[in-house]
Amino acid sequence: MKVLLTGASGMLGRTTAQALIERGDDVCVLQRRPSGLACREVLGDVADPTAVLRAAVGRDAVLHLAAKVDVVGRWPDYAHANIEGTRTLVEACRRLAVPRLVHVSSPSVAHAGRSLVGAGAEPADPGTARGHYARSKAVAEQLALAADTAALAVLVIRPHLVWGPGDTQLVGRLVARAGAGRLPLLGHGTALIDTTYVANAAAALMAAVDACGRAHGEALVVSNGEPRPVREVLARLCRAAAVPAPHLQVPVRLARLAGAAVDGIWAVTGCQETPPITRFLAEQLSTAHWFDQRRTRQVLGWTPQVDLDAGFARLAEWYAAGQPPVA
Amino acid sequence: MRRRPTATAGPDLPGVDLAWSRTVTVPDPDGVPRCWHLLDNGVEPSRGTLLCVHGNPTWSYLWRGLLGAAPAGWRVVAPDQLGMGWSDRLTTPRLLGQRVDDLGTLTAALGIAGPVVTVGHDWGGAVSLGWALAHRDQVRGVVLANTAVEQPPGDRGPVLIRLAHVPWIRELACVRTPLFVRATSALSVPRLPRDVRRALAAPYTSRHQRRSVGDFVADIPFAPHHPSRPSIEAIASGMRSLDVPALLLWGPRDPVFGERYLADLRQRLPQARVHRFDGASHLVTEDAPGYAAAVAQWAEDLTADTGDAGSHAPLAQRANGSLWSALEERAGDPTPAVVEVAGARVSWAALNRRVRELAAGMVSAGIRPGDRIGLLMEPSADLTAVVYAAWRMGAVIVVADKGLGFAGMRRALRGAAPDHLVGAVPGLTAARLMRLPGSRIAVGRLPLPLSRALGVWHTLEELAHKGATGPMPAEPATDRDCAVVFTSGATGPAKGVVYRHQQVVAQIDLLRSTYGITSDDRLVAAFAPFALLGPALGIGSAVPDIDVTAPGTLTAGALADAAAAVDATVVFASPAALRNVAATSAGLTQQQTTALGRVRLLMSAGAPVPVPLLESLSGVLPAAEAHTPYGMTEALPVTDVSLKEIVEAGDGEGVCVGRPLPSVEVALSPLTPLGTAEGPLTSEPDRTGEICVRAGHVKDRYDQLWLTERSSSRDPGWHRTGDVGHLDHDGRLWVEGRLQHVITTAHGVLTPVGVEQRVERLPQVRAAAAVGVGPAGTQVVALVVVPTSGGPRRDRMRLAERRLAEAVRAAAGTEVAAVLTASRLPLDIRHASKVDRQRVATRVARVLAGALPS
Repeated sequence: MKVLLTGASGMLGRTTAQALIERGDDVCVLQRRPSGLACREVLGDVADPTAVLRAAVGRDAVLHLAAKVDVVGRWPDYAHANIEGTRTLVEACRRLAVPRLVHVSSPSVAHAGRSLVGAGAEPADPGTARGHYARSKAVAEQLALAADTAALAVLVIRPHLVWGPGDTQLVGRLVARAGAGRLPLLGHGTALIDTTYVANAAAALMAAVDACGRAHGEALVVSNGEPRPVREVLARLCRAAAVPAPHLQVPVRLARLAGAAVDGIWAVTGCQETPPITRFLAEQLSTAHWFDQRRTRQVLGWTPQVDLDAGFARLAEWYAAGQPPVA
Repeated sequence: MRRRPTATAGPDLPGVDLAWSRTVTVPDPDGVPRCWHLLDNGVEPSRGTLLCVHGNPTWSYLWRGLLGAAPAGWRVVAPDQLGMGWSDRLTTPRLLGQRVDDLGTLTAALGIAGPVVTVGHDWGGAVSLGWALAHRDQVRGVVLANTAVEQPPGDRGPVLIRLAHVPWIRELACVRTPLFVRATSALSVPRLPRDVRRALAAPYTSRHQRRSVGDFVADIPFAPHHPSRPSIEAIASGMRSLDVPALLLWGPRDPVFGERYLADLRQRLPQARVHRFDGASHLVTEDAPGYAAAVAQWAEDLTADTGDAGSHAPLAQRANGSLWSALEERAGDPTPAVVEVAGARVSWAALNRRVRELAAGMVSAGIRPGDRIGLLMEPSADLTAVVYAAWRMGAVIVVADKGLGFAGMRRALRGAAPDHLVGAVPGLTAARLMRLPGSRIAVGRLPLPLSRALGVWHTLEELAHKGATGPMPAEPATDRDCAVVFTSGATGPAKGVVYRHQQVVAQIDLLRSTYGITSDDRLVAAFAPFALLGPALGIGSAVPDIDVTAPGTLTAGALADAAAAVDATVVFASPAALRNVAATSAGLTQQQTTALGRVRLLMSAGAPVPVPLLESLSGVLPAAEAHTPYGMTEALPVTDVSLKEIVEAGDGEGVCVGRPLPSVEVALSPLTPLGTAEGPLTSEPDRTGEICVRAGHVKDRYDQLWLTERSSSRDPGWHRTGDVGHLDHDGRLWVEGRLQHVITTAHGVLTPVGVEQRVERLPQVRAAAAVGVGPAGTQVVALVVVPTSGGPRRDRMRLAERRLAEAVRAAAGTEVAAVLTASRLPLDIRHASKVDRQRVATRVARVLAGALPS
C-alpha cells in the first residue's frame, strides 16, 4: 500500500514509518527536518498546501501524526500546526481523491479533568479540553471526522501516553524531572493510569491504516490495556532509567491550585520555560485515566504484543546502553 | 394559560416520550365536555391494557417508567384526573364516585375494550378499584402502590392528611402555596433529581392550577357523614370480591401510608403478591424504578401459559411426621431435652407438657392458625417451648436474630408484620422502640406499671394456665407456613424467607440421615436458629452462655460447659466462634476436656471454614469428625464435606464444599461475559455458574418480595442461591464467590475466591479480597490484602510496597492492576466470616479513581 505518513520525526511517527517500510509498504514521509528513514521524503510544513499536495499525490492512505506537542507556547502556534495542518491535509485528500485518512489524536481531547475509569472514546470537546495542545487537537479531530464521507474514510486513533526507548516527550521529561528531584507524587499516587508502549501504538496505527474504510467516522482510544497506579508507573519508569523514584509527596489540591496558578502566570507573561507544574499535568497525575479497549481491539483486529514488563525491560536496556539513537 | 407538554412547547419532562402525550375531550356523565390529558403508548392491545391512575398531587408523569417498560402487546394508558395534571381545571370539588364515573367515560371514549389491568397509586388506588368494580368483565388484574381504601376501626387516618383536613391549613398548604406539591416530591428517597421534581410540580404552579389539589384532599372521607363515604365503603368491601390476580407494590418508608394500610389491603386481597421495595418511600414509582419491570413481568405472567408466576413447583418429596413427633414420642422421658447452661433444665416430659399447654393457651387467647408470632427472646428453654407451641397450633414464627443489628431487625420485623410478639423486658422494650405492630406476650411476670408501659397483653404463664384446661387445637396441615427467618443481610438488606412445615420436616430428615443422628445424640449449637431444632431432631440440646450478636466471643470453656451440661455428642458453631474456641483452648479443666472429648461430630457452617482452623480444633475436640455443610438460609444443608475430604480434594478454583446430599440436586446456570447467570441449568463439570438447588427442604418463598422470589425461582422448582461455583469431575461442588462479586474483565469473567485463596497462601498475607474496578465487561482486578505485619494503621487503604505487590501479582494467577493494603476487611455481622466485597469494591473504586481526599 502507498502510505503518506506525516510527522516522522517524533518517536511514534518514526517507529510507525519504520514498521510500514519493513512490511513492504510504499512509504512517503512529510515533516520539516530530514528523518533519515529509508523512504521517499518530502520536507515541509504540514500546513503548507504545496508541500502536502506534493507528498500526498498518488497515495492510498494518509496517516497523520504531525502535531505540535508541548505544555508551553502560544495558541497561534498550536492552531497553525494542529488545526491548519489537519485542514490542509484533509483538503489535499479530497483534491487528490486519497480514499483513507487515519488521523492521530489524543484522549486528552475529551478529558475535562474528570477521572476516566474504563471509559469509552467520548466525542472531542474543545470547550472543556485543558491547555492549547488538547484544545487544538480537539478542534482538529472534529474537523477530520467532519470530513468523513463515502469518498474519504476518516478513522481517528487516540494513543494514550505513548512511551518507549527514544522518547523525548513523556519519558524524557519525567526522567529529567525525577533526576533533578522535581517530580512530585500527587497524593498517594493511587489513580490507575493506562499507557501505550510505542511498538504497540505503531502496530495499532498500521492496523488502523488497514481497517480504515470498513471502519470510519469514529474515534478509538489505543492503550496497552494494563492500567496501574500512577505511583507504580512512575517508579518503574525511574527504575528503568536508573534515577530515584519520586518521593516528594504533594497534596492533590495544592498541586491543582499551583497548576492553575502557573497556567495563569505563563499565559500572562508568555514564558517559554517548561513550567514546574501545570493544571493539566496535575490532573493527569492525580486522576484515573484508563479506557475500555473492547471496541478498539474488535475494530482494528489488533492486540498489544509488548506488555508492561517487556516494555520496561526494553526501556531499561536502552538507558543502560546510554540512550543510543533508535533505528 | 397552561401549557400542555407538547413536542414544540412545554416543560422539560425527563423520561417522557412526547409522542405519548395527547388530549381527548369527552362529555362527563352530566354531559359537560371535559378535556383530558393522558399519556398513551398507543400500542395495539393484543394482550391487554394497563390503566394507570395517579394520586394527589401528582399526575400521569408518575407512570412514565411503566410506559417505557411496557411489555409487548400491552397498551399503557395513564390519564391526568380531571382538575389535575394537564386535564381541564374544575371549579367545584369532585367526589370519589364522580371520579370513578369520569374514568369510565374516558375509557369508553378511548375504546378500551379488551382485558384491563388497573394500576393505582395513592388516592388513584381507590379510583382505579372503583373502575375495576364497575368493569368486572374486563378486569384481569389489579396493581396497587402505597394506597389505602379504608382505615381500620378506630383509626382516624394518617396524621398528615388529618392535619390537611383543617380547612384553613388545607387552603394554605395545598392551594395558596405549593407546599403540599413540593413536599410530596421531597418525600422521595433518595432525593429526586431537580428536573424530575420540577416536572412533577409543573402542572401546579399557580393557585388556580392547585384548586383541585386542595379539593382532592378534602374528598378523603374520614368523617362518617362525608359525601364520599358511601363510595369508599362500597370500594373497600367490593374489592374483596375481586377474584383476579393482584400485585401490591410498597415503599415501606411512606410517612403517610404506613404498614397498617398494606396489612389492610392484603387482608382484602388475600391472593395478592406483594413486593416491598426496601428503602422506598411514598412515591414508590420514583424511589424504586424497578417497579416498572415488576409490573411488566407480572402482566406478562398473567397471559403466559405458566400461570401466575411466583407459585411454587410441587415438592420433590413428601416428608413424614411432624416437627413435634419426637416430643410426643418422648412424652414420658425424664431426661433433659433443653438445658440452659446457667439456668433451667427441662425434661422431654416437661417440655412436651409445656408445649401442649402453650399451644392450647394461644388458641384460647385468640391467636389463630396462620398468625405470625415474632420472637424477641434470647435462646432459652422458654424460646424453644414457644416455637414448638406456635408450630403445634399452626402459627408462624418470625425469627429475626440480633445479629441483624437494631436497624436491620426493625426493618425485618416491621416488614414481616407480626400479629403477636413474645419477649422479656428487653425484647418488648425494643419492640416499642421499633414501633412494631402486634399484641405483646411477656416472658416472666412484670410489675404492673412496666407491663402497662410495654402494652403487655398476656404473659406466657397466663397462656399456659389457660391452655392447661383448654382443648388441644387440631394439627396444622403440612403445607401451612411455619416460619419466617431472615438472611444475614451480608449482601443487601436482610430478606425474609418463608418455610412450610413439610420443608422444615424434610430438613430435619435430611440432617438426621446425613449425620446419623439418633436419640442417643445431644447437641450444643452456638448458632441460635440451629439450637431450636434439637427437639425436632429428637435430641437433647444445650444453650451455651454466649452473646448471639458476637459469635467470636464463644470460648473453649463456655463450649465445654455447655457440652458437659448435656453430655454433648454434636457441636454446631460458626467459623468465627470456632476460631475463638481454638484460640482459648489453653486453660481448660480436666472436666471440660473430658466433656469435649465425648463430641463425635463438629459441624461448622455460615462461611467457608479454613482447613488449618479445622485441624487446630482436632486438639480441642479429639474424637470429633469435622464436617462443614454448605447451605444458606434458604436451603441448609445442600452439600457436606469432611475435613478428610477437603484435604483429599486439594487446591482448586474456589472452596470445595463436597458432594450434594442424597435427594438434593445441584446445577449451575453459566455466566455471561457481563457476569449475569443466564445460561440454562447444567451439571456439566467445570462450567462456572450460579449455583441452583432443588430439594424438599428448600425455602417456600421470600416474604413479600415478589420480584426477588420470581427471579430466584425462575427455573421452576429450583432455587438460585446467588453463589457462583462449579462441579468437578468427581461431582464435588466448588464455591467461587457471590454472583454480585464476579469480576467481568475484557477477557472474560473471574470469580474472586480462587484468586484470594492463592494470595492468602503467601506467608506475608493474612487475608485478601479480590474485586473488580471499572464498568462491567471491562473491569480490572484489584487486590486488597491485610499484611501479617506492617500494614497501614487505622482504617486506610494504601498501595502495597513493591515487594509485596510483586509477590501478590505472582501468586494471583491473573492480571492484577493494583495491590492495596488495609488494616482489616469488612465482615458480615452475623457470622463475622464473610468478606463484604461490595464494600471493599466501592472503596477501592474511589481510591483507584484518584478521587480527591474528602
